[in-house]
Amino acid sequence: MVLALVEVGEGAVEEVSLETLTLARSVAEAEGEPLEAVAFADGASELVDELGGFGVSALHVVDHDLLDSYAPDAWAESLRELIDDRSPAAVLAPGTDRGMEVLVRLAARLGLPMAASCTAVEVGDVYEVRRQRWGGSLIEHATLDAPTALLSVAPHEVAAEPAPVEETTVERFTPELDEGDVEVRVVRRKESDAEGVPLPEARVVVGGGRGVGGAEGFDQLEELAELLGGTVGASRAAVNEGWRPHDDQIGQTGAKISPELYVAAGISGAVQHWVGCKGADHVLAINTDPEAAIVRKADWAVLADLHEVVPAIVEELRAERGG
Amino acid sequence: METLVCIKRVPDTGARIVLTDDRSAVDATGIGYTISPHEECAVEAAIALADDHGGTSTALTLGAPEAEEQLRTAVAMGVDRATLLETHGEWGPIATAGAIAAAVRERGDPPDLLLFGNESADAGHHQVPIRVAAVLDLPAVTGVKGLDVEGERLVATRDAPGGEEVFEVDLPAVLSVKEGLNTPRYPSMRSRMQARRTEIDRSEPEAGEEPDVETVELEVPEREESPAEVLGEDASAASDVVRVFRELEVI
Ligand SMILES: Cc1cc2nc3c(=O)[nH]c(=O)nc-3n(C[C@H](O)[C@H](O)[C@H](O)COP(=O)(O)OP(=O)(O)OC[C@H]3O[C@@H](n4cnc5c(N)ncnc54)[C@H](O)[C@@H]3O)c2cc1C
Repeated sequence: MVLALVEVGEGAVEEVSLETLTLARSVAEAEGEPLEAVAFADGASELVDELGGFGVSALHVVDHDLLDSYAPDAWAESLRELIDDRSPAAVLAPGTDRGMEVLVRLAARLGLPMAASCTAVEVGDVYEVRRQRWGGSLIEHATLDAPTALLSVAPHEVAAEPAPVEETTVERFTPELDEGDVEVRVVRRKESDAEGVPLPEARVVVGGGRGVGGAEGFDQLEELAELLGGTVGASRAAVNEGWRPHDDQIGQTGAKISPELYVAAGISGAVQHWVGCKGADHVLAINTDPEAAIVRKADWAVLADLHEVVPAIVEELRAERGG
Repeated sequence: METLVCIKRVPDTGARIVLTDDRSAVDATGIGYTISPHEECAVEAAIALADDHGGTSTALTLGAPEAEEQLRTAVAMGVDRATLLETHGEWGPIATAGAIAAAVRERGDPPDLLLFGNESADAGHHQVPIRVAAVLDLPAVTGVKGLDVEGERLVATRDAPGGEEVFEVDLPAVLSVKEGLNTPRYPSMRSRMQARRTEIDRSEPEAGEEPDVETVELEVPEREESPAEVLGEDASAASDVVRVFRELEVI
């Protein structure tokens, strides 16, 4: 069989987990094996229908007294025991903070290699994988030769596609864990007090770069974002200058966004920025330089000083509202 | 407080990635090299911890002899010592972690804190910190964006959907950090000059035999270029911009 780790959010399977199941199912089909899933939440068994819709024939729900808060080593040890029991050909996990760190811990426990951030897998004696490097601005073709192939799946690169099975069984799995496995664990959570829609969820994002010229310059972008019901983001250059907090950064080492519209003002569109915003449906660039990379990638461009254009747009929108 | 901060020499690509002719690596001729952004924050954290709690910090890199340049940058920023594990060719995460763990063992007791970037900018394997922690049997927290040392205990926070999650572990420990943890300082010209004279501790580790992920070739994904429709070259473009907003139904 092929095993996929799924993460359960508020009453639903996380999107990246559905993507993981989709890639895992293609591996399972190529291996001629069934697809099984493993989840760590009490409520997971309620999602069995949803998982069955993605080809899962058996769901293993891990259950243990020491698992009331997230503990990566305990998750890895549970997976190791389940693998011992079920001998999967491959184990896939979503490329989230959790999925990634649990899979690496598992790899270390099993003394096996692991391929991170995969976007496609070709099954054979040796697995051929396509994986992301440089946060997605470079693709690596690599081989993975291991008795159990361990793969994490790059988020939002594989489209989640349903493929229902007739029946999905739910099986409780109780691993043997001890205190050492929960030495690293979440001791508490802090809810975000940031106002507005978080960048990854925003429908419209207005991004500013070095061209904005200073922290005050972002006031105009804030106004525009507000009128569009959107959120302000920034390039690394603007963050490094101290004009915006790092939480606003879009790109390889910042947030990945997928709005309907991204307005990039005074941003050159370097690859490390682009990998963070290429998920946008539409891009409008405001830049003085017609040769800027962002202008070649955007759908629309205004080739002018943002300090003149942005207030003009704001004024036009205001006038429209008033009228 | 003794810290060891592990960094990597990576090509400093700006707007475009160019590959070598055999497509095995990024061609850095003409663009130069840097330390990954996450690791710059790890270096800053090491320096700040020594400032606040006393003790020393050491920067370590595994890589080509030229990676000395990145070690000297770390020294110029304020790290006390530098260690180069000199290799030829790109090592995978298992071999890299094995050599780093062996170097730590050789020094005796592990430092209080081993700091890493969450993932290297170029290879992105996400594995070295956790594999080092596994070999040394130390607790590891990854993706850290906030950290506090309280006596022998470390409090680390990281982003989670809708907020943050907090971990607490005993030292010694392994931490991998993300950009946003702090603002790395820029070394002054004077400290750069001084860093040039710093003695670098060098050794040549032996690669282990374990098989790892093997690169066949690299590919630069096709740039999704769609010649932009130019709406205008001055403020008068605003009305066309608003028309586009209306078409997209964002207003
Ligand atoms: C490993 C690594 C990771 C990185 N991660 C990220 C990341 O996550 N996010 C990110 O953004 N970057 C990242 N970078 C940095 C990236 O390579 C670029 O340096 C950065 O995105 C540049 O920001 P910028 O476009 O704002 O600045 P610049 O490149 O300086 O571009 C400014 C642009 O503004 C235009 N402009 C100037 N004045 C005006 C004006 N008055 N009106 C209109 N236009 C104007 C200019 O024509 C230019 O195109 C990373 C780099 C590395 C090496």
